[in-house]
Amino acid sequence: MQIENQDSWMKLKVALAWGFVGIPLLWGVLQTLSNAMKLFQ
Amino acid sequence: MATIEEAGRLSGSATGFLDRERTIARPGFSRWMVPPAALCVHLCIGQAYALSVFNLPMTKLIGISQSAPADWKLTELGWIFSIAMVFLGCSAAVFGRWVEEGGPRKAMFTAALLWAGGFFVSALGVYLHNLWLIYLGYGVLGGCGLGIGYISPVSTLIKWFPDRPGMATGMAIMGFGGGAFIASPLSVWLLGQFTTPSHIGVMETFIVLGCVYFCFMIVGSIIVRVPPPGWAPKGYVAPKTASRLITRNDVYVYDALKTPQFWLIWWVLCLNVTAGIGVLGQASAMSQEMFPGHITPVAAAGFVGLMSLFNMGGRFAWASTSDYIGRRNTYFVFMVLGFALYCTVPYAGSTGSVVLFVLCFLVIISMYGGGFATVPAYLRDMFGSRYVGAIHGMLLTAWSAAGIFGPVLVNYIREYQIEHGVPKAQAYNATMYIMAGLLVVGFICNFMVKAVNPRFHMKDDEAERAARDVGAVGKPAGV
Repeated sequence: MQIENQDSWMKLKVALAWGFVGIPLLWGVLQTLSNAMKLFQ
Repeated sequence: MATIEEAGRLSGSATGFLDRERTIARPGFSRWMVPPAALCVHLCIGQAYALSVFNLPMTKLIGISQSAPADWKLTELGWIFSIAMVFLGCSAAVFGRWVEEGGPRKAMFTAALLWAGGFFVSALGVYLHNLWLIYLGYGVLGGCGLGIGYISPVSTLIKWFPDRPGMATGMAIMGFGGGAFIASPLSVWLLGQFTTPSHIGVMETFIVLGCVYFCFMIVGSIIVRVPPPGWAPKGYVAPKTASRLITRNDVYVYDALKTPQFWLIWWVLCLNVTAGIGVLGQASAMSQEMFPGHITPVAAAGFVGLMSLFNMGGRFAWASTSDYIGRRNTYFVFMVLGFALYCTVPYAGSTGSVVLFVLCFLVIISMYGGGFATVPAYLRDMFGSRYVGAIHGMLLTAWSAAGIFGPVLVNYIREYQIEHGVPKAQAYNATMYIMAGLLVVGFICNFMVKAVNPRFHMKDDEAERAARDVGAVGKPAGV
């Protein structure tokens, strides 16, 4: 039971860590992509 | 083989929070926590690619609406980036061994202090309108932060992902390419918030960026962990016999410099980066001059943005691919495909095919990024994982050299061509053929890379000691 809890807690930490770096990166990529679309206009 | 539980007991010893011993993973730790830790650092230092956002505002700090005679010139401001790049290469080379032996947390923390400190000193430089303080802040301090931060997670990632070292380092180095995507719009937004009709908010923007980057990088240094000695991923069995081009031995950091393999890979990286960096900096002007009337300044800006995306994506995609096809073969692809694409660009220009031109450069720039991201795993294959971060640091001098060769080649050859009556639309043709020629040289260098002579391998007892004690200092092989 304790091992299962530890495992779930680690999975949550991994998700939070990826969100911490992934969300700003995704925001930046979307900003750049919307500017890049001007090439095709 | 040691288990992660044994490592947990080891980490309880009374050592400083930043010490390598305190970063040994406890039971239940997931290795997938390490790439985000590395990204925390690389996404921040990747801001260097977006420094040009400040160029124009910094030329109007006194004149506000337009440059006053006492304002800084663009040529003077250009030195900030150049100094930072030189100190990136130098600090990565000089502090590489310290980074390896001190561990990733200490290195990331130091990088955070230097990087954020660089912004604060630069903010003071803006406040006092003293450009030398900015050279010292962003250029020297920030440059050292760049170098130490860049190499800090490399060997840790390789040790956590012995089954996919290319993918692991590709993820981190992708962050360096992606850092500009965040920094560029964020800086523009912050400048907008702090700028008033009588003041340009560069100083305040530098202070906010310094604070944000410091916090972000500290999070990375807190969550990073090194694997316990002898740890291996579940189900992973290290090859019993070494592959011809993947060693199971380690080479001491300074012994690597004595091997032809180091210098051959140095040239491979330098030539690959020279070919890419030259066109990266000139992409906007080049596309407009080669296709006058077809590509507008706005479309050219879009083209540059698209190239940045491929630069970032190529880092992850090519480095991950190298895990399957091998590092040497990946560089063969860069050289052969790059050669074909550079030779195709003049044809695209002469036929007026914008689509072919754009496609050529997007693939070229993806291989430019891929070259950076694949090289740590290439070094690991050649020299082992023990000192790979430090050896990688020394190899980054190839980047500094390419940063000079690439733009010089493109700019001077273009000028020479135009002075000799070549139309602007064709002024880049000779450069493209020269870049293709450089890749032929790169192909030959890569072809000459063979396995490292065993006399350079660390002696067995030393290698075993290094494996037992992750903080041990290695000894040369005595060559």
